[in-house]
Amino acid sequence: MIQLSINGQSHDLDVPAEMPLLWAIRDVVGLTGTKFGCGQALCGACTVHLDGEPTRSCQTQVGDAAGKKITTIEGVSGDVAKAVQTAWQKLDVVQCGYCQSGQIMSAIGLLSGNKAPTDADIESAMDGNVCRCATYVRIRAAIHEAAKSLA
Amino acid sequence: MYSTLRLTAAAKPELPATLIPSSRRAFLKASGAIAGTLVIGFYLPFRSAAAADLKDPPAPNAFVKIAPDSTVTVIIKHLDMGQGVTTGLTTIVAEELDADWAQMRSEFAPADAKLYNNLFFGPVQGTGGSTAVANSWMQLRNAGAAAREMLVTAAAAAWNLPAGEITVKKGVISHASGKTGNFGDFAAKAATLPVPQQVTLKDPKTFTLIGQPHLPRIDSIDKTTGKAIYALDVRRPNMKTAVLLHPPRFGGVPGKVDDAAARKIPGVLDVVTVPQGVAVIAEHTWAALQGRDALKVTWDDSKAEMRSSAEMVEAYKAMAAKPGAVAVKKGDVDQALSGAAKTVEADFVFPYLAHAPMEPLNCIIEKQADGSVECWAGSQFQTVEQMTVAQVFGIKPEQVTIHTVWAGGSFGRRATPNADYLGEAAAIVKATGGKYPVHLVYSREDDIRGGRYRPMFYHKLRGGLDKDGNLVAWEQRLVGQSFMIGSPFEKVMVKDGVDATAVEGAADMPYAVPAIQVDWHHATSPITTLWWRSVGHTHTAQAVEVMMDDLAHEAGKDPVEFRLALLKDHPRHVGVLKLAAEKAGWSGDKMPTGRGRGVAVHESFNSYVAMIAEVTAKGGEVKVDRVVAAVDCGIAVNPDVIKAQVEGGIGYALGAALRDQITLTKGVVDQANFDTYEPLRLSDMPAIEVHIVESSEAPTGIGEPGVPPLAPAVSNAIFNATGKRLRSLPFDLQSLQGA
Ligand code: FES
Ligand code: FES
Repeated sequence: MIQLSINGQSHDLDVPAEMPLLWAIRDVVGLTGTKFGCGQALCGACTVHLDGEPTRSCQTQVGDAAGKKITTIEGVSGDVAKAVQTAWQKLDVVQCGYCQSGQIMSAIGLLSGNKAPTDADIESAMDGNVCRCATYVRIRAAIHEAAKSLA
Repeated sequence: MYSTLRLTAAAKPELPATLIPSSRRAFLKASGAIAGTLVIGFYLPFRSAAAADLKDPPAPNAFVKIAPDSTVTVIIKHLDMGQGVTTGLTTIVAEELDADWAQMRSEFAPADAKLYNNLFFGPVQGTGGSTAVANSWMQLRNAGAAAREMLVTAAAAAWNLPAGEITVKKGVISHASGKTGNFGDFAAKAATLPVPQQVTLKDPKTFTLIGQPHLPRIDSIDKTTGKAIYALDVRRPNMKTAVLLHPPRFGGVPGKVDDAAARKIPGVLDVVTVPQGVAVIAEHTWAALQGRDALKVTWDDSKAEMRSSAEMVEAYKAMAAKPGAVAVKKGDVDQALSGAAKTVEADFVFPYLAHAPMEPLNCIIEKQADGSVECWAGSQFQTVEQMTVAQVFGIKPEQVTIHTVWAGGSFGRRATPNADYLGEAAAIVKATGGKYPVHLVYSREDDIRGGRYRPMFYHKLRGGLDKDGNLVAWEQRLVGQSFMIGSPFEKVMVKDGVDATAVEGAADMPYAVPAIQVDWHHATSPITTLWWRSVGHTHTAQAVEVMMDDLAHEAGKDPVEFRLALLKDHPRHVGVLKLAAEKAGWSGDKMPTGRGRGVAVHESFNSYVAMIAEVTAKGGEVKVDRVVAAVDCGIAVNPDVIKAQVEGGIGYALGAALRDQITLTKGVVDQANFDTYEPLRLSDMPAIEVHIVESSEAPTGIGEPGVPPLAPAVSNAIFNATGKRLRSLPFDLQSLQGA
């Protein structure tokens, strides 16, 4: 049994310790807001927060996540999360939306540590998050917008 | 499902309902089947085949539902894969209904080719060819207007006032006497009234929602909170996950299977061989993936593609030595070329491309006790999927229910002429006796290596100018595979040996030229190919627009002026080209050293797009700094969605222009995941301006037309910056070193 704390709730999972956290969250716990895009830490669709740090859950083993505070898109809260989601909605960033859980988790991570990111900061924080619909213009604008609302 | 539609649509543009003879005018039916709910449906018999059904109209197909709480739900017959069609179609109904945007909801329609057919496709339900708004335009305006009229009639009766004195605004029904009510107050009564056979539509000048610069997308909240459900998120009781090991070479089939190690993986339940490969079924995705890794399979490659892509390119070049099947011929192109003062020759190679939608392909198939089958998918081609699944189980298509859910992108990939991945899932369910619902999940590797690519193409062009720099000759020869030949669409799409989707954008290129010949060679391979966001235009726009730039340069003319002079009969091309030039501040193409500017204009799916790209080229690196786009897609239903589609089209096309390609070594695909097939990333994205031409023409598509002009505009900008022509895609940036 491995105990995971996800969005403030504790879950006992009967899975091998090397199972990727992504599949534990989606297939065993049943939270589907976190997405599968590549399985190789190449796209960021599976981004969750481990103790507040944006982390690719497809390349994180369940055993390594035990004892940490795991937050998924379903469980984000606080001023930064609210500012990011509001900016995303205001600018209508989403197209297919499939990458956006991961984009938002990365953006919250960025703005939590950096209240006024420059374009270069945004590029380095967000380049690991692929959007095949190429909503990048609006992602950049929404991060600036969220930063403005937090200032 | 792209150009198919465009051509069928062009063949019989029967759209404006006002032009339809009254005998074929809309059948409207209402039913109050849901207590207290007004349900409005239509049956629009657009095609003659459907006329036979007139005597026996099907059950009303609901497009609009108004509930007692005044929420208005629009039934969406199309797939929303990000293109925003749900928002678009809901806007059309809300406009004619005079609803408040906040009361609008949407829901995907069940699969039913008769009720929810794409009016451009014939009796087929499907999404593609940028047709969703265009084919729904009159249908949904009529639905909204009919519902409005019924609500007004019901209110008039309740208030004992003349209907003509009642107004509707932002979801409120009112009368000068001070009486007011909501839609919900009258929905039940309205549902008992006959549906008006003819309705008065609004004058577009009075539109309040259509054309509003930014109406919030209907899916924004669910897609920013993790609540939107995609097929990958659907969970069914007792559902198991399957992954499929496909043959490593196209045309290969499974031989000997050793599944002993796979079956030992904890969580693996079964391994079955189906015609398409070997499937591992497990309790969860992780176990299934591990099980697949443990399979040992030998493949029968006797019918497989064994060539490398470099060999194929050589074969294509050899084919291009002789004329192919003629798509268009006017004047004597050989004579015009030999009489020309200057000739320009150029050739272009285009690689196979994977669509790589963000959500890997997946679907759920569940067999019911009564023999019927239910499917959950980001379903783009419902009718074909019903047929494919029915065939596997030996049941009737009507016994296959399809639940359409949000799709995480498609770019054409989810619509195939044989419903490929649903067919695979059905085969797995059949092989496992239907004892559990199966969720077939593709990994990214399956997606990248799985075929259904934009076909590889080779173009060879010759153009001629007279002594004054006027265009006098155009010869274009194309070599590439056809995904229409051998498909159910062959009859419609292939004429005189020419696949219309292979030559679209070239055979109908708009520039005035006295002598032209465009022909095509059909190359064959077991490698499967498919429409890819903007189909033939993905390569023809690059060839035509880069060639035009070459010719303008040779003629010593400004590339914008050179084009405008040849577009006299094409006012909508001219409109977007002038608008883009004006907004970009085009005044010749002189730029500071290391920077360059290029232009391209292209029509696809009856929409017109011009782009001006600005680049910085340093050493072997190119950064696209800015793209200014001008778009004419008729009446702009949702300008912000249009802008988003053009932005996305630019990004999608730029990834392909800069680095995407599928190559093969001895028949095996070299790429596998996003490291070797690397999509455009945020830092690659240029600043983008999208300007929309004001228009009173009926709306046309926008999902695809933003793609074609991007690569040539960038290519022409690189030439402007460096003096080097990068014709083939992806750009050979290495060749710029030292330029
Ligand atoms: S799925 Fe984890 S980074 Fe792509
Ligand atoms: S919105 Fe579709 S992949 Fe990002």
